[in-house]
Amino acid sequence: MKAHLSRRYHFSASHRLHTETYDEAQNRAVFGKCNNPYGHGHNYTVQVTVSGQVDPATGMVCNLADLDGFARTNLLDRFDHTNLNTLECFRDKVSTTENLSIEIYRIFQSFTAAHLEGVHVEETSNNSFDYAGSATPAGGTI
Amino acid sequence: MIFLTRKAEFSSAHFYWNTAWSEEENQRVFGKCANRNGHGHNYTLEVTVAGEVDATSGFVVDLKELKDILEREVVSVYDHRHLNLEVPEFKDRIPTTENIAIAIWQRLDKKIPHAKLHRVRIYEMPDLFADYYGER
Repeated sequence: MKAHLSRRYHFSASHRLHTETYDEAQNRAVFGKCNNPYGHGHNYTVQVTVSGQVDPATGMVCNLADLDGFARTNLLDRFDHTNLNTLECFRDKVSTTENLSIEIYRIFQSFTAAHLEGVHVEETSNNSFDYAGSATPAGGTI
Repeated sequence: MIFLTRKAEFSSAHFYWNTAWSEEENQRVFGKCANRNGHGHNYTLEVTVAGEVDATSGFVVDLKELKDILEREVVSVYDHRHLNLEVPEFKDRIPTTENIAIAIWQRLDKKIPHAKLHRVRIYEMPDLFADYYGER
């Protein structure tokens, strides 16, 4: 039987929304306080959903220890307590949570023990973003 | 079509163990979850049903009735129990979060009048949950 498993991870990072495409005034107009020159930070929550047949031997879609180990190495060790703008993946992209969600989805596509359904990234308790590649995100509640 | 979700909570003990495996294999795969003395969680269950809004009552399903069904079919059986030792479906199924979601679906399927069971979501902890949509 096919089930979905979701796991939430937490990291803290700083960033600044800014693009060289715009001049200073445009950056200010578009990004507002998120464009403040020295950056600011968030406690991010990443919710990863994978799916697959439940293995009768283990009762699991995939071993949680494997998913946690993957997240530790490929997500938390790379992003936690960093400035997102300094990371290679944001060299040419604004470090919005939309772009962060797409990058995190790309990262978890390399987790091969289960099918990646999508990622849900909360920047604050009031805003969150879903990305499921070409599929429609399942959403937080339905 | 509208979706309605009702929550319930229960607290249970469990451990992970495959009787076909050696002790070493169980320890390797399940880690601390294989402690035979068990451990426990506060589980949060979210049951989502789908249906049309009744023109007279304004309900998809009577919430009190849904609450009573969850209490009768799930909470009264699982709460303050050892899932491996006291709940029949886990005699031969490991009570992982995935299997608990499937078992609760099987307990609730076709028991909810006027609405279709859409999703069973079970939180083992705030940072870990499983969803089952009745898929084979």
